[in-house]
This record gives sequence, structure tokens and C-alpha cells, in this order.
Amino acid sequence: MAKQQQQQQQQQAKKPKKEVTKQYEQYVKQFTPRPKYFTNCAKAFVVGGLICMAALYIQNLLMKDGMSEKNAGAFVTVILICSAQLLTGFGVFDSIGKFAGAGIFVPITGFANSMVAPAIEYKKEGPVMGVGAKLFSLAGPVLVCGISAGTIIGVIYYLMK
Amino acid sequence: MKNKLGKQTLQFPLLPRIVGSYSIVGEKEGKGPMAKWFDMVLEEDTYGEKTWEKAESKMLKQAMLQALQKSGREKENIDTVLSGDLINQIMSSSFMARDLSIPFLGLYGACSTMTESMILGALMIDGEYASNILVGASSHYCTAERQFRMPLEHGNQRPPSAQWTATAAGAMVLSATDKGDAAVKQGKKQQHGQEMKEVYLSHATVGKIIDTGIKDVNQMGAAMVPAAVDTILRHLSDTGRGPDFYDLILTGDLGLIGKDIALDLLSGRGVDLTAIYNDCGAMLYDKKQDTHSGGSGCGCSASIFCGYVYDEMRLGKINNALLISTGALLSTISSQQGESIPGIAHAVAVTTKGVI
Amino acid sequence: MDYLYAFLIGGGICVIGQVLMDTTKLTTPRILVIFVVAGAVLTGLGLYEPLVQLAKNGATVPLPGFGYSLAKGAMDGAKEGFLAALSGGLKNTAAGLTAAVVFGYIVSLIFSPKSKR
Repeated sequence: MAKQQQQQQQQQAKKPKKEVTKQYEQYVKQFTPRPKYFTNCAKAFVVGGLICMAALYIQNLLMKDGMSEKNAGAFVTVILICSAQLLTGFGVFDSIGKFAGAGIFVPITGFANSMVAPAIEYKKEGPVMGVGAKLFSLAGPVLVCGISAGTIIGVIYYLMK
Repeated sequence: MKNKLGKQTLQFPLLPRIVGSYSIVGEKEGKGPMAKWFDMVLEEDTYGEKTWEKAESKMLKQAMLQALQKSGREKENIDTVLSGDLINQIMSSSFMARDLSIPFLGLYGACSTMTESMILGALMIDGEYASNILVGASSHYCTAERQFRMPLEHGNQRPPSAQWTATAAGAMVLSATDKGDAAVKQGKKQQHGQEMKEVYLSHATVGKIIDTGIKDVNQMGAAMVPAAVDTILRHLSDTGRGPDFYDLILTGDLGLIGKDIALDLLSGRGVDLTAIYNDCGAMLYDKKQDTHSGGSGCGCSASIFCGYVYDEMRLGKINNALLISTGALLSTISSQQGESIPGIAHAVAVTTKGVI
Repeated sequence: MDYLYAFLIGGGICVIGQVLMDTTKLTTPRILVIFVVAGAVLTGLGLYEPLVQLAKNGATVPLPGFGYSLAKGAMDGAKEGFLAALSGGLKNTAAGLTAAVVFGYIVSLIFSPKSKR
């Protein structure tokens, strides 16, 4: 009996606390300036679109030289990744990211940046446990989840066949 | 307990003095509106060191040694060093103290460390366990950012509520006796042609943790406001002082958003501080510097207390001030595990009048 | 015309990312994970392929395209057997991934991080 009462009391105590948090969050929201949704989205749209267009342009150039579509696509990906990583190394990528937001982050360039950015930061911790490990501190989750999802889908396909 | 007032406030009948202080800030802070109050502005945030951590440690050490020099005291006179920072296992402070060979107590109060160290230092002096205490705190944008948020070169956008960890350090010498600060006194006397005042610590209010349930690490200011407001109200009721007793009530790093919330919450409790209240985080940077909601970090309040507040008090422009460093006691693990952010705030009352 | 579609679709996917960034508390690594997994799942459901046909690089360059390559490789492999289903995804993305790791490692060893102004 006593235990039940205690539990009930705890539940009662918990419930208002959550409401208080919610109320406070609402209250804080009044004071927080909103992000500039429209300009942010417009910048992301234009920059992201331009990156994709540039990628297509390069791919078309390569295919004109007689490369197969698949190889040209892989080549374009490599070019994008390497240039994003170089820009990160020169310390320019964060400025572009600040301007373009998702426009440069959602294309494969963002993935490349999220590998080099932490690795470069942990350079002083050594080439193995510093750079070697941190190369995957942000990109690791993307690889793990992406590869898992892709492979599971492939296996399901195999089983359904 | 003759020296305890009310529930949380301590008074110091021996009135420990601040006899020397030094503030040192990074490049960005040196371009902000408070630049003229800092003793030293770094030309480069690496400070000639190979790692950011070493740079932060060197800043703190420089602040400590220079504060010591300005107080006119020797290393041998210092009984204990109290200091803290934000980096894993308060690395910057420990490595700073490694070179000093003075007894050392490392503190962690997140960004509330400056007043925490001042309170404990004042207690040691007032309890006659020490005659000279060195206190300080530091933070560095580049060390804190990679530990708590994202790597520097990561191309993410910071939300409008984000705060900028200040690259800054501040240190003070607290002392039981002596007018001290001879060098500064002479220099400033010539400049301003007026006598410098002594600065005493009279009261301290130790805050309790208040957790509002906010989990967003980009809403640090808002998470700490209730703790700061609680400490301010507690201090006023414990000491029986009205808000008009103070010329300045200064919180540590609530930032621009936090400052507005604090004023609103206080006025909701019937205390209007608009004329005398300010926040170090809101003062440290110019709006044009694009820090979003202002500064944060141990060094934010440390550098402004040791620079602006101390100098203004020496000149007699501020006579009674209440300094409240605010801390968000989260860790990188707690936020990943979905814990909310516990806020804390400690207050120290400083006065130029040698009476309680 | 290809270029227009690449621009519109590529930009559109980025806008979805921007909206997620601005309106939710999701951190950027989480958003990247969501995009890659979403790309793989949509490919599995046969919904992403038409988008790739239409917009080409507009659909393959954003991160859902990475998920698309992974899932498509695995699905193509599944036609040949179980082992090929396992190796297909990585095989299809091997060039990009290897470049990212090797070049990323080299870049990280050469450059140092810079403080923000």
C-alpha cells in the first residue's frame, strides 16, 4: 500500500515538472530570435542546386571523353569529396557552411567535411588515435547506418526473390 | 553561526581585499566593446603554443603571475591557488599550477568558477587560514568548442540562441591585509589624478542547482537564468538589502537572450533591476561580431570582473557591486544521454566601503 | 533541361535539410544519417530511382544519393546471390569512400585547425 502511494506521489511530482519545463521552454521561445527561415532556405537551395549542376556538368564532360556513365559518376563523387576536404583543410569550408547551411552540408561535400573537420582538430593527439580515430567520429554514424540500411534492403531483396 | 545570514549567504567580517587583478583575452574579444578594460589582448589565439589547451593554460598562468606582480606580492606569500576551467579534468588549471609550486585546489563550477574561487578564497582568508590567495578561471573558444560542440572546421550553422565561448582568463589576488597594488596605484594615480579605492569582498551567496529541464545545449543562457534569478533574490532577502543598494548587478554568461529573460523573471517577482543589471556575456562582444547570443565560458565573467569591474571600483565609479557567475553543469556525456542542463549561480558582493 | 532538373531537385533536397536544421533540434550529424538512411529506404521501395533518372546528379550528389548507391548496389547484387547482396553496396560506393578516407587522412595530417574570428 505504502509503496503504491509513494509511486503515485512520484508520478504526481513528475507530471507537473514536465509541464513546468514545457512552459519554461515556451516562455524562453518568446525571447529567442527565430532563424531567418526564408533566406536560409533560399541560400541552401541555390548553393545546393549549383553544386548538383556543376557535378552534372563535370560528369557530362567526362562522358564526352568516352567514360561510362557509372565511372564518370564515381569520378565526380571523388572530385567533390576531395575538393570539400581541401577546402576544409584551408579553413574555408566553415565560412561557406555558415553562409550556405544545408546547401553545402547535404551534398556529399558535407560528408567529406565531417570526416576531415574532427580529424584535423585531433591532430596533436597523434596520427593513430587522434587523426585515425577521429576521421570517423562524425562520419562513422553515417557510414554505419547507411551501410546497414543498404545491406538490409539488399538482403530483403535476396530473400524475396 | 555568526557569519551566516539567512539560508545561503555568508558574510566576511574581516573583509578580504582584492589587491591585484589581471585579465587577458583573445583576438576576437580584443575587438569587442570591452577591449580597453583588459590588461592584455592576444594577437593570436594560439599564444605561441602548439595546442589550444597549452594556449589556455598559458593564458591562465600569465593572468595569475601578472595579478601577483600587480599586487606587489611574491610567490612565496601566496598560501593557495584556487582555479578552474572547462576542459577535461580541469586540465588548463592543473597544468598552470604545475609550474607555480604553490599549494593548489582545483575547482569545477563550469562557468561559475570565478565566483566560486572568489568565495572559497575569501572564506580561507576570513577564517584566518590564509593571508594571500590567488584565484582565477579561464576558457578558450577552441578548446571548449571541440569538447562540447562541433569541431572548428565543421561547416555547420549556429542557431540564434548559441553563445560564443570566450577566449579569456582572469585572476585576482585576495588578501587579508595591506593596501597593496602599488604599481597600479601609482600609474593610475598619475593618469586620473585621484586616489584609488580599496576593493573588499563583503558577502557571498552560494547558489543551489536549479534545473529547468532544458536539454538544448544551444540554449545555455536560458537554462541558467532561473538559477541566477534565485541566487539574486536569495541574496537580497538574506542580506535585507534592496536592489538599489547596488550600483551594478552583473551576471556571468547568460548572454543576450538570457539577460532579457532574467530581467523579465525578476520584474515578475517585483524586483526591477533594469537600470543596474547587466550580463558579461552580453557585454563582451559587439553585435557586429556575429556571436549570436553573446559570450559564455569561465573566462567571460573572469575577465570582466578582473578588468572592467575591478578597475571601475578602484576609481570609485562603482561602489557596491554584486557579481554572479553562472554555470551550466552539463557534461558531454550527460547531454548525449538526454539529461537536462543543471544551472548554478554563485554571488559575491564587492564594495569599496570598508564596512559591512 | 537536365541541368534545370539537377538544380531544382538538388536544391530542393538541400532545402529539406535546411528546414530540419532550423525548425528541429536535430544536430547536423543526425540529419546526415537521416538523409542517407532515407535515401536507402526510398531506393528499396523503388521511389528514388525515378528521381535519379529525372535529375541525375541532382539526386545522386546530395546524401540520399549515397544511400541510393548503397542500396542499389546491394539490390543489384541480390540478383546474383547472397554474398553479392552483402558486397554490392560497398562495391558500388568503394571509389568515393576510399577517396574520402585516404585523401581525408592526408589532408588532416597536413593542415591544422584555425581559430574563428
